[in-house]
Parts: sequence; C-alpha cells; structure tokens
Amino acid sequence: MATTTPEAKPEAAALSNEEILRYSRHLIMPEVGMEGQQKLKAARVLCIGAGGLGSPLALYLAAAGVGTLGIVDFDVVDYTNLQRQIIHATADVGRKKLESAAEKLTAINPFVNVRAFETRLSSANALELFREFDIVADGTDNFPTRYLVNDACVLTGKPNVYGSIFRFEGQASVFATEEGPCYRCLYPEPPPPGLVPSCAEGGVLGILPGLVGVIQATEVIKLILGKGDSLIGRLLLVDALSMKFRELKLRKNPDCPACGGHRTITKLIDYNEFCGIRGEEKPVAGGISEIQVEELKRRLDAKEDLFVLDVREPHEYQICNIGGHLIPLGDLPRRVNELDSSREIVAHCRSGVRSAKAVDFLQQAGFKKVHNLAGGILAWADRIDPKMPKY
Amino acid sequence: MTKILIPTPLRQYTGKQPTVDVEAGTVAEALSGLTARHPELRRHLYTEEGKLRSFVNVYLNDEDVRYLQKEATAIKDGDSISIVPSIAGGRE
Repeated sequence: MATTTPEAKPEAAALSNEEILRYSRHLIMPEVGMEGQQKLKAARVLCIGAGGLGSPLALYLAAAGVGTLGIVDFDVVDYTNLQRQIIHATADVGRKKLESAAEKLTAINPFVNVRAFETRLSSANALELFREFDIVADGTDNFPTRYLVNDACVLTGKPNVYGSIFRFEGQASVFATEEGPCYRCLYPEPPPPGLVPSCAEGGVLGILPGLVGVIQATEVIKLILGKGDSLIGRLLLVDALSMKFRELKLRKNPDCPACGGHRTITKLIDYNEFCGIRGEEKPVAGGISEIQVEELKRRLDAKEDLFVLDVREPHEYQICNIGGHLIPLGDLPRRVNELDSSREIVAHCRSGVRSAKAVDFLQQAGFKKVHNLAGGILAWADRIDPKMPKY
Repeated sequence: MTKILIPTPLRQYTGKQPTVDVEAGTVAEALSGLTARHPELRRHLYTEEGKLRSFVNVYLNDEDVRYLQKEATAIKDGDSISIVPSIAGGRE
C-alpha cells in the first residue's frame, strides 16, 4: 500500500542498545523488525488534541517509539476530563494539558522527541505546522477544526488519521492520502451549529475514545511501517454498546473541492464561518427572555406563581433538581399540552443551552410568558445552593 | 423487509430505537417510510427543499448511495440501509 511517509534514513534512525532492548517485542516480529522500528524512529507524527482521543493515541505512539511526536493543545485539564482523558491525572487538574501530556509521554519513553505547540490550530498556523510532520492524527472535538485539519492535510500532502466519537459510537478512517478520499469527500458540508451535540451535552462513555484513539494509533503505525491494510477508503464504525464493528466503503469524490480533479480549495478559509458559527456559540439568538438564578430564588421564596419547567432527562433529574416539572426537551412538542400558557414559566436545563431551545419553541407555539434560566441548574448550584452536586 | 440502522445522534427522534424496519423497493421509499413513521427525523435528514442533507450519508449495505443510483437505488431483500451523520466529539 503506497504511503506518503519518507524513507527512513538509517543513520538518522539508528537504534541504540537500550532502544533495541526496549522495542524487542517489536523487533522479533517480521512485520516490524529493525527496519520497521527505524522507520518509527524516523517518523514525525502530529497529534491534534491531548484530550479523549489524543490521550491513548499519543501514549501508544510514544510507547511504540515514534521518533517525533508533536502535540497541539491550548486547553487546561478539567476535573470532568479525568473520566476518559487518561494521559491526565487528578494532580494535573488546572494544569495545561500540553505540560501534563508531555510529562507523561517523556516518562513512558524518553527517546521520543515531544514537541509541544500551545496554540489554537488556525488557518494562520496550520500549513506551516503540518509541513514539519509526516502524518497528522486528528483528535479534535469540533467541526471547524476537522475541516481545517482536512484541508491543511490535503494542501500539505500529509495523511489525516481520523477518529471521532459520540456517546458510545465512534468512527475512524485515514483521509487525505494521494489515492484516497478526504474528509470532505465524505462530508462536503458541516451540520449547522446546534444540530449535533458535543460530548458535554450528549455525554460520552469514558472508554470510547480509548477504543477509537488506539485504532487511530494503530493506523498511524501501519502507515509508517507500510504494512497491513490501512483504513484508507474505509470508514470503520464502532458501536461500543453492541460491540459491533462495521465498515463502509469510502470513495474519493472526483468533484471534491479539496482533493478532486478540479480543486477550488487552494488555501485555508475561515472555518467558523464555513460551519455557520459567529464568534462564541451562544445558546439561541436574541428574543429569549432570561432570568437569573437569584431572581428565581427570590420569587420562589416569595411564593409567586411561577411554573418551573425542567427540560433535562430523567437520569439527570435524579442527580439533582429544584423540584421542576420534568419534560425532556425531545418530548416537549408531544407534551406541550401539559403546560398552561396563562402561567409564567421558567425553563431550565443543566447549563442553559437546551432550555433556551425550549423557550424558543414555546414562544413559537404562542407562549408569551416564558423565561430561560441563565446558566441552568449549574448556576443554581454555584450561586444559590452549594450543597447541590454539579455534573 | 429492510432494516434501517439509526445512528446514535438521531435515535432521540426514533423513540430511541437503533433500527427501524420498513418495506421498500428503493432507498427513497425506505427513507420516506422512515420519516413518515418518525416525522421529527425529517428536518435532520432533509433540507426544506427536500434534498438529503450533505452532512448525512446514506449507505446501502456498505456502499454510499451517492455512488450508486442515489435515492433511486433499488433494494433487495436482506439489504440494510445505514444513515451515517458526521460527528465531531474527540476532546471534550
């Protein structure tokens, strides 16, 4: 299978006795051997993101002896990351992900040259950055960056080892090789913002980025070694709940604007604009009446006639609630007759995003006295009831 | 009977069912049967003009219908249809 990695330069990738011992389990396999391990050592892989997917990906690439590992991340370790971002430990909360990651990678394998890039990948820096590496592994969490990574990979001729996850389902493939499709061949356009929930909104099974991230690491290694059947031209679909792995055929789209016969994408664009996002993604447009948690508390204490509508899911209600009437957002259209439009309604969810949609929906349905609880139950836990658990 | 495999992000519109069975001779008929039964799915699969949304791919078995006869693609007994939307989760 043709690859785009450069030939290993033997003198540059010579292995010391220590390295030979370290990688002995690789070396005794014909599929790797000294030649393969030297290729790994000469390889330069860029990991975009040191989070859910990036954690297992980078850890295994370091263990395998990839010579140069670039990591791009500008974020800080958050407590909620620890459920799945296994490169980070409890003591790292509050620390830069890059520092935390680089430390663990070097501890696993000091022979790896870890290059840290504390930056937000953008149209201004992507091309220059990608040129210094042979393979890019995409572990990002938003559509604009996925399109940016894809286009930059096509423009610089670097394979894009792709992985993505949602709840308990994942996808993996290898895009942007000469002969294979690119991400845009599969998805020419992104979904409008708000249509596909992020992990923070939809949740994610902690092990899932582990499964998919290691699949990505496997594909990176196979590309470097030039062995095995790569996922080029195949989309691997993983369903962790049923533990089913399916494969779909991916074709290179001859009319693809990025990698097809008549390319119209010759430079990087404004990806936020492409994905329809203007600045920070805020919950729903103007016209939504908001109420702060302090005011809600005051009015409830004064026994005012307010109807509190909780649009979260039943399992969330069990974690914590303020006694609201529960109608999950997805059920609202069906159950709107449970609401009295003559009463004043305050809708809330966890953080204010879903409830804004609920308010928008109710307003369109003719409800005149509906307000969104700004910040959701998280804001209530923050400012009104510190004993309430946050999640 | 054709099985339509529903991806996770869209299961909230099919009453959480991961698969929906329909009787259909073509992909168009199958999708139409699906959205007739679960109308909320319509706006996630189709634009207002009735075109299949470009961030949603439809596969007959393992082939993208774009490279077959698109929605006119004929279905045989035992075939399955997969709806594959783009997902982006990775770090967060």
